[in-house]
Amino acid sequence: MELNQLTAFQLLKLLKEGSIACEDIISSLKERIQKIDFQINAYVRKDKDIGLSVPYIKEGCLKGIPVAIKDNIATCFLPTECCSRILKGFIPPYDATVIKRLKSEGALIFPLKTNMDEFAFGSSTENSCFGPTRNPWNLEYVVGGSSGGSAAAVAADEAIFALGTDTGGSIRQPASFCGVVGFKPTYGRVSRFGLIAFASSLDVIGPITKDVYDCALLLNIISGYDPCDSTSVEIPTKDFTQGLLGDIKGIKIGLPKEYFIEGLDREVKERIEEAVAELKKLGVVFQEVSLPHTKYAVAVYYIIATAEASSNLARFDGVQYGLRVDASSQEKDALIKMYKQTRKEGFGEEAKRRIILGTFALAHGYYEAYYLRAQKVRTLICQDFAEVFKECDCILTPTSPTAAFKLKEKIDDPLKMYLSDIFTISANLAGLPAISVPCGFTKKGLPVGMQILGKPFAEETILKVAYNYEQHTIWHKQKPKL
Amino acid sequence: MEKKQNYSVDVEKVKYIAHLARIDLKEQELILLSSQLKKILDFIDQLKELDVEKVPPTSHVLSLKNVLREDMPQESLPLDETLKNAPQFKDNFFVVPKIIE
Repeated sequence: MELNQLTAFQLLKLLKEGSIACEDIISSLKERIQKIDFQINAYVRKDKDIGLSVPYIKEGCLKGIPVAIKDNIATCFLPTECCSRILKGFIPPYDATVIKRLKSEGALIFPLKTNMDEFAFGSSTENSCFGPTRNPWNLEYVVGGSSGGSAAAVAADEAIFALGTDTGGSIRQPASFCGVVGFKPTYGRVSRFGLIAFASSLDVIGPITKDVYDCALLLNIISGYDPCDSTSVEIPTKDFTQGLLGDIKGIKIGLPKEYFIEGLDREVKERIEEAVAELKKLGVVFQEVSLPHTKYAVAVYYIIATAEASSNLARFDGVQYGLRVDASSQEKDALIKMYKQTRKEGFGEEAKRRIILGTFALAHGYYEAYYLRAQKVRTLICQDFAEVFKECDCILTPTSPTAAFKLKEKIDDPLKMYLSDIFTISANLAGLPAISVPCGFTKKGLPVGMQILGKPFAEETILKVAYNYEQHTIWHKQKPKL
Repeated sequence: MEKKQNYSVDVEKVKYIAHLARIDLKEQELILLSSQLKKILDFIDQLKELDVEKVPPTSHVLSLKNVLREDMPQESLPLDETLKNAPQFKDNFFVVPKIIE
């Protein structure tokens, strides 16, 4: 095996033995990227030289391991553009807290950032100003989104592991489409300081990795209280890798009947049933449960997420950073015209659609009918989960109702695209931790993912279930042929 | 159920909302957005099936209280690095088109 194919856990061992150097890992990734990324497009701004010289790195538990970073997480002196024209040329003068933490543990921030839907608006990574990312398992299919570049880079061995962000499924859905592990932590577990905000009550940062062990390893580093993020929670973090050990006999998992419905692809359903059977063998106890307000989650989400987005994206106005399109300065209202022209040229189609929808939902006369009502239904969705978690430790569902769909298949029908997030959105609305792990393939050879949701701050339980499952299956070891 | 009157999003309304959002939209975009928003809002209208009068809105998913910190001076971002990102700046200020006559 080449170094780029290994996990962080495996590489750390080799580094410690002294049989490889950090430079070898970088050079192996560089070679891989040069060979295949013109097809995949997992990385953006590829004209930047990936130097092979490694800067001074600190001692720490990730010493010498490169991490790929999504283009919406601020990296000091490294362009961060959210794959949007409006942030062209933006170079953050500071590191996001997650980046600081990685560096302080000796990790290397990979000099190329990963592709994404503009401002994380999308479920296919087709809304990027750098063009779509293609699925390593079949280049005619999407990678999912919005963290599609991170998921594809990990799946295609162009990265050891990566960070993504998840507002409605943007880590889990692409991880499932690409056959890798994706983890959405509990809201408040990981600092968002330095994440360019999409929907502040939903956004989280999390790992995308080749297996569950690496996921726990990366989560260890990025978790924890940060005074710079007022929503981060001051509770002690555990060593998640230690939590993986031990069996899962007697763990109770709920299967919500609302998720096994019409619209769920037959092959996906079969893979999930097989995974359930496997987990039963390991001693997990399953029971059918009900989350009665599931069918409202997408509608609630697209009001709350767009309302918050329209407010968060007001800062892109051509004044402090990024693109500016000047109207003639002699004109009356020249400033307003500058704003309008800049935002017209700078935002892509989906960003405009969401800003308009969100502005509408918050506008005078509509606020109560849309935004307030959505926040009330959100309460009902949270209560559904609280009820189920009285009797279950976890909930298991498919990550997505289908495997990856074809490029351009849904791009002209926003509603159809929004519905592809139907199984992942609820965890964001309720702030719950959730993981997607590979659980097989369709006949066409496309990966299928299984989602496990847990109680708030019970990351170790879902990681343990996922790890036990992984130890008894081979799906995470499959590699796409490229 | 009658589903038309109060939330129709005609082209004029989209134009007005776009003005509030400070985005200039082409005529074509206005037409497309108006029809797409209609579809999306029709879908969202299923929320009206639920009786939520007595349900409190979610303000935060965790039971967090107000988070305050001591008002202590802290290190700021370096001015020159920060201003470098601005399309136009002079001395320590961002430059914008003229606002006052």
